[in-house]
Amino acid sequence: MTGFRFVWQGLTLEARCSGALWMPDDRCLVVADLHLGKSERIARRGGALLPPYDAAETLRRLDEEIAALAPARVISLGDGFDDDAAAEALDTDVTAGLARLAAGRDWAWVAGNHDPAMRGTRLPGRAAAEIRLAGVTLRHVAVPGDGPDISGHYHPVVRLAGARRRALLVGQDHLILPAFGSYTGGLDAGEPALAGLVHGGFAVACLHRALPVPLAAPTGPMMRRARQNVTS
Amino acid sequence: MTLPPAFRDWFARQGWTPHPHQLELLATQDDTLLIAPTGGGKTLAGFLPSLIDLKDGWTGLHTLYVSPLKALTADIGRNLARPVADLDLPIRVEDRTGDTKSAARQRQRTDPPQILLTTPESLALMLSYPEAPRIFGSLRRVVLDELHALAESKRGDQLMLGLARLRGLAPGLRVTGLSATVEDPDALARFMGGAQVLLADPGPDPDIAMLPTAAAAPWAGGNGHYAVPEVLAAIRGATTTIVFINTRAQAELFFQALWAANDDNLPIGLHHGSLSREARQKVEAAMAAGALRAVVATGSLDLGIDWGGVDLVIQVGAPKNVKRLVQRIGRANHRYNAPSRARIVPANRFEVIECVAALEAVRERDLDGEPRGPGPLDVLCQHILLTACAGPFDADALFAEVAAAGPYLDLARDDFDACLDFCATGGYALKAYDRWRRLMQVDGLWRLRDPRAARDLRMNIGTIIDPEVMKVRFRRGGQPLGEVEEGFAATLVPGDTFLIGGMTVRYEGLRELTLEVTPNPHKEPRIATFNGLKLATSTELSHRVLALIGDPDRWDALPANTRDWLAHQAAASALPQPGTLLSESFRFDGRWHFALYGFAGRNALQTLGLLMTRTMEVAGLGPLGFLATDYALLVWSVDPVTDTAPLLDRAALRAGLGDWLAGNAVMKRTFRNVAIIAGLIQRNMPGGRRSGKQATFSSDILYDTLRRYDPDHLLLRITAIEAGRGLVDFGRIEEMLERSPRLDHRMLDRVSPLAAPLMLEMGRVRIDGQGRMRLAEAEAEAMMRDAGLTLTHDPAQAAVQAGIGDGVNRPATGVGRRARGTTTPRPRRAPRPATVPLPR
Repeated sequence: MTGFRFVWQGLTLEARCSGALWMPDDRCLVVADLHLGKSERIARRGGALLPPYDAAETLRRLDEEIAALAPARVISLGDGFDDDAAAEALDTDVTAGLARLAAGRDWAWVAGNHDPAMRGTRLPGRAAAEIRLAGVTLRHVAVPGDGPDISGHYHPVVRLAGARRRALLVGQDHLILPAFGSYTGGLDAGEPALAGLVHGGFAVACLHRALPVPLAAPTGPMMRRARQNVTS
Repeated sequence: MTLPPAFRDWFARQGWTPHPHQLELLATQDDTLLIAPTGGGKTLAGFLPSLIDLKDGWTGLHTLYVSPLKALTADIGRNLARPVADLDLPIRVEDRTGDTKSAARQRQRTDPPQILLTTPESLALMLSYPEAPRIFGSLRRVVLDELHALAESKRGDQLMLGLARLRGLAPGLRVTGLSATVEDPDALARFMGGAQVLLADPGPDPDIAMLPTAAAAPWAGGNGHYAVPEVLAAIRGATTTIVFINTRAQAELFFQALWAANDDNLPIGLHHGSLSREARQKVEAAMAAGALRAVVATGSLDLGIDWGGVDLVIQVGAPKNVKRLVQRIGRANHRYNAPSRARIVPANRFEVIECVAALEAVRERDLDGEPRGPGPLDVLCQHILLTACAGPFDADALFAEVAAAGPYLDLARDDFDACLDFCATGGYALKAYDRWRRLMQVDGLWRLRDPRAARDLRMNIGTIIDPEVMKVRFRRGGQPLGEVEEGFAATLVPGDTFLIGGMTVRYEGLRELTLEVTPNPHKEPRIATFNGLKLATSTELSHRVLALIGDPDRWDALPANTRDWLAHQAAASALPQPGTLLSESFRFDGRWHFALYGFAGRNALQTLGLLMTRTMEVAGLGPLGFLATDYALLVWSVDPVTDTAPLLDRAALRAGLGDWLAGNAVMKRTFRNVAIIAGLIQRNMPGGRRSGKQATFSSDILYDTLRRYDPDHLLLRITAIEAGRGLVDFGRIEEMLERSPRLDHRMLDRVSPLAAPLMLEMGRVRIDGQGRMRLAEAEAEAMMRDAGLTLTHDPAQAAVQAGIGDGVNRPATGVGRRARGTTTPRPRRAPRPATVPLPR
């Protein structure tokens, strides 16, 4: 698995093609929007009975990253659970899997809009509203004017070679992670909500490797071309 | 039953004599399938017994009429109004479709009319209401119109399940099916659940020929614009003309071209499924009033709205299917026993051949058609869920009811139980939803766990899966114009112009999920892509075409320019010959293309495309995508195919069937449709999406998850069956290889005459393999370079120069270094990899 390394706000960072962010100096792995328990929440609310394997799949991919990087610390940037009840209702397989992954390392759950109360009692790790690290705030949603921060929430994607790809967005003051959870969709990086935060920066698209592409204003020439380039 | 005197007098006052089949239908006591040509008074035949039954009054619903088109129900309503008024019958006729206002729907639930006109989807919805037993308990007759069209899709299966329900609610129900000419009437009668077949006199032979044109059909393209002068002259010479065109985009363009040359200002309208309801209704009303001289239409007008004034049908583009052509021809002259007049305009020279072959088939009354398979299980899942919406049910009773429906006569109890389990629990190997099951059993009866779920289920009714579209309207709350596909909308930037509703408009911006446009007649428009009805040329017609191409002695039937074209193909490459499988490799638009002339039908060639691209991926040729037509397969790739034998090795193809088919885009698309119909995912509601895009996710993710964790799941099973029925058709690949033992592969330096039409076909399938990755890398690199960033071996430098990072370390793209400051302007399209080799 190939990542893309760059320095941002004096921090050396690596965008992983899994969608995670690796901070090698702190041996810290950051993931956003795991949305564990999503299928259960939809069913609970009388919706469709989706294949109940999303948490297993998300943990499988997280396991791969942890095995590859051996982080000292793992930070979930909010919406780790699809809601607070989902955190309580997780299968024992999933909680056991989390416990195994968290063993021997610091594990932090930042609160998100889906899981404001944070983490069920059976889960490992500590809860936090925000985390300060090396001059940067790690929070769920980017706060304009209060950067630099590293956040998630928007599930950004970019269009590349005719397909939507999950992408890490890097702006001057805001760094926005794609969703790591398996049952998650995406918001186009050109949408106003996102474009305003990372205007003029670049994205790192998650393909078989991490591919950097520039970002521009929502109607700027780059996005326009990116859209036109949708061929075959 | 015989015709009462009052009715006989009414016929006489109209100057009509009842047709023999109308009287025969009246006399019979059984379920009947009436097959009559257009204009044979089919619909009146279907309603006569009801009108007579109802002459002395009736409380509640007596007759239910189901048609595939909303427009048809409105038309039938108008037609019935006349005898009802003339004969002063105590009958209320109302329609109930997706367009019916909610106040009228509410009233119909409490006080139903005697005759209700509806569609299969609206019937399914009404059957899902708890009041269904009361509404339908008094029902005596059901009339199923245009049954041949309904039987072609899952809408027919849904309708037959609904009919089985109706028979349960109203024992003794009599059902009349009405159908245009079909190749196998008995099969259609079985589809109805068994009925006696009544064949009306097919009438005189149609007057049908090619429309002679001054200009020759072009080498390629599908718009038929070369024939505009002759089409206009033909319209001028007739009272009312329907111009049928196969796709919506082509209809828009042809309409535009007609008006550009319409010096006499003949009133000509446009009608297709992507136009707004208002626009369509306006055209239908104008047509009914005789205010139009012609209407340019797609399949949206295939079915029987009765416009007596139509005396000419012009088919622009290959008819693709002999049966459909015959049915379209029948739209001209809705008078019984007068020959229909039709002219055909091939859009290009390939289609000339197909048109000639189709005319031969029409003269020989040789209709084509594929037998339909057993009732699909995804439709059954939807039916089970909707049954639960109406109230608690007993599984044994529901099984008995379903297994009496025509398409489900052979349904195994195991399959029914698997569907029920899917509806109740999701049917997963991991029993996850015990607390949250959708259906639960109480006192032996199945019911919804959460009654509020009924609303969502009802919103998801139907078996037609539309592509995702966005509405288009004039700026500042102007009138709605129609819809374009979301994929097309995403490519628009403000200032772009495109065609919709026959006019050129300028895209201004997005507002509340609607594209806002302004009129802009002065700019060359782009063509909106519509993925509407895709017509597939029938197998029989494909074989006729191959026989014609392969036999120069029969070329006399073809126009001179087509003969020249085939001769040109013979000189530039070779002709497809019986016994030989011809293929070609050439470069086009910077990519290698491989064309194989298999004449094996779209489905078989699609499968061949999937299997061949797999072999090409393994061989490192970097396949990027393919498309299949009924005649040919086209694959484009980074590197060329030079030898076909390894790609067509039968053992290797067979070995590839299992795994590769499971992982490809066609299967994912099939899965999406199955998952929507079966109720696993909700179809996108207009307005209900986009805003929360990050909350919704692609059905591909569910497909991949199920394959990894639950490979035996019911929906994967249905997807495989579906693909096998529609897409795989492996037997015909083997048949093709058997009848063509000799392989003839040509390396060409340009697109061959025969391949040219393929370049314009819709329906391309992407291959997400190494080739696509190479393109993505090249594209990312070009974008960085365009941004004024040097993308050399160290892309991290790019971030530094963007003023964002000061990063170091590894190369991310792995693509070779590029010189800085190249002055060559970027091509508008995606950059091509530098590795495309020159032709040999």
